[in-house]
Amino acid sequence: MAEVTTDARGLVKRRLGLRLWLSGGWLLVLTLAAVFAPLLSPHDPLSQDLLGGRIPPMFFPGADPTYPLGTDSLGRDVLARLLYGGRIALIVALVAGLATCVIGSALGLIAGYFRGWPDMVISRLIDIWMAFPPVLFAILLIAVIGPGLTSIILAIVVIDWTRFARVVRAEAMAQGAMDYVASAQVAGRTRAGTMLAEILPNVLPTVVALLTLEMGIAVIVEAILSFVNLSISTDDPTWGGMISEGRTSVYQAWWVLVFPLVCLFLTVLSFSQLGEGLKDRFDPVLR
Amino acid sequence: MTDRPFLEISQLTARLKGSGTPLLRSVDLAVPAGSVHGLVGESGAGKSMIGKAILGILPRSVEVATGAIRLDGTDLQSLPPAERRTRVGALTALIPQDPLTALNPSRRIGPQITDRLVDILGWDRARAVDRARQLLAEVQLPDPDRILRSYPHELSGGQRQRILIAAAFAAEPRLIIADEPTTALDVTVQKQILRLIREMQERHGTAMLFVTHDLGVVSKVCQSLSVLYAGKIVESARVEDFFRAPAHTYSRALLAASPRYTDPHGSLMPVPDEVMQAVRAEVAAFDEGRAAHV
Repeated sequence: MAEVTTDARGLVKRRLGLRLWLSGGWLLVLTLAAVFAPLLSPHDPLSQDLLGGRIPPMFFPGADPTYPLGTDSLGRDVLARLLYGGRIALIVALVAGLATCVIGSALGLIAGYFRGWPDMVISRLIDIWMAFPPVLFAILLIAVIGPGLTSIILAIVVIDWTRFARVVRAEAMAQGAMDYVASAQVAGRTRAGTMLAEILPNVLPTVVALLTLEMGIAVIVEAILSFVNLSISTDDPTWGGMISEGRTSVYQAWWVLVFPLVCLFLTVLSFSQLGEGLKDRFDPVLR
Repeated sequence: MTDRPFLEISQLTARLKGSGTPLLRSVDLAVPAGSVHGLVGESGAGKSMIGKAILGILPRSVEVATGAIRLDGTDLQSLPPAERRTRVGALTALIPQDPLTALNPSRRIGPQITDRLVDILGWDRARAVDRARQLLAEVQLPDPDRILRSYPHELSGGQRQRILIAAAFAAEPRLIIADEPTTALDVTVQKQILRLIREMQERHGTAMLFVTHDLGVVSKVCQSLSVLYAGKIVESARVEDFFRAPAHTYSRALLAASPRYTDPHGSLMPVPDEVMQAVRAEVAAFDEGRAAHV
């Protein structure tokens, strides 16, 4: 929990809590690792060495110092594959997260602020959308449009925009009923102007918190899809793909399964904790 | 007082969309330039509805069926929406009821006061800020510069209400609609704010439509008043005449129901049932006459 203190003016100030540091730290490390993956990884993530398969990680009997996290059953370097897999995870998190956020929030804002028929249309759309099981929907989509990075991102946007739309709609409705909105309109602002200048800044903290949450979800969805081999081409290293491969040889080489699992777990946890921390810090109502 | 009223509402009728439930029943109202007109009535009588109809911020579920709202001679209802908005924005301002929700929590105070000056009147930013500073001094807020830089959550309810008053007067509107401006404040602050509104109104010569349920407030601030029941004006009178001898039985009962300092317990009597029945019958008769007319 973020620690709460009171400053001289009697205002509640929250210190950057431990969880904000830890989650931010992990994500920073991951980002750097992904950006500099070609420099950091000692081996090519795709090069196989069938004679050097299942080398255990460091400090275990039979380890090879050039493979700090060992190799998988095809002799590919686990560390290199983790780094390059992190790249894909982060690209998906960023692009899919942002696209979902922009599209969903825009629709939610319009529905919640304008009400009337735009709300009718958008709300019904959300209801219909949410009747589909999301992962099944995503698998169906990918099956139709074919695998690939763009398809994954598209699938995440298509299945998850409702998350933003619903929350932002409710928030915009609450804000729209406030007197300051009426005052702005009396002062001559147009309705669209009011929405962007008055309502949007007040729903932004919620949107930011949701965005980080969504990034975590995007990472999970990507992992799920690559786990069932519906992600980008099977050659490219992904965490989901590694987990799927590692599962088959868990009794002979546990490390192939465990390392991507840990990365996935930490990343998703960090995204959600970052969101919580940011919301605590920037929500004007709590501030 | 001039002859032609600055705000003139005639035969204003509003109703709920869909069900057609009447909310305002042929309201006639006139506020001369520079004078303060009180609008009293119980909760749900449609007091705020009249203010919102003038400002063009009625809830979407309400529609104005007939009637004219004339500001300085121009009928607002006949104007296209964009023109109506700029006209209302230039001539009127609102002092809202709840200072806690009337300022945008995520914007600094400064721009919230100066926006209108820049957007509607086309002032440059520096001049608008000067004006805001001057007005904050006028509403007796110390250290205007600090306040302009503050966020609403850093200020108290009374401070915020003063800021809203300053903001309302900033563009020198000809008419201010004060929608129960003291209801959300505690009693000691109420009195100061009331005095401040009165002073500012006199100094700027602004006409004011003062919506309240408190007859005591009306007697202190207003020159004339209208009593509203179920969206129908039952009596309009000058304040002196009204408090001396209210014409309508409902007004009399309302006045008798207001607490007095001299007799704090004895004077708190509810409006008698006969009076309520009488005024309800009057409204029903009005609706029937109207139906027969159409």
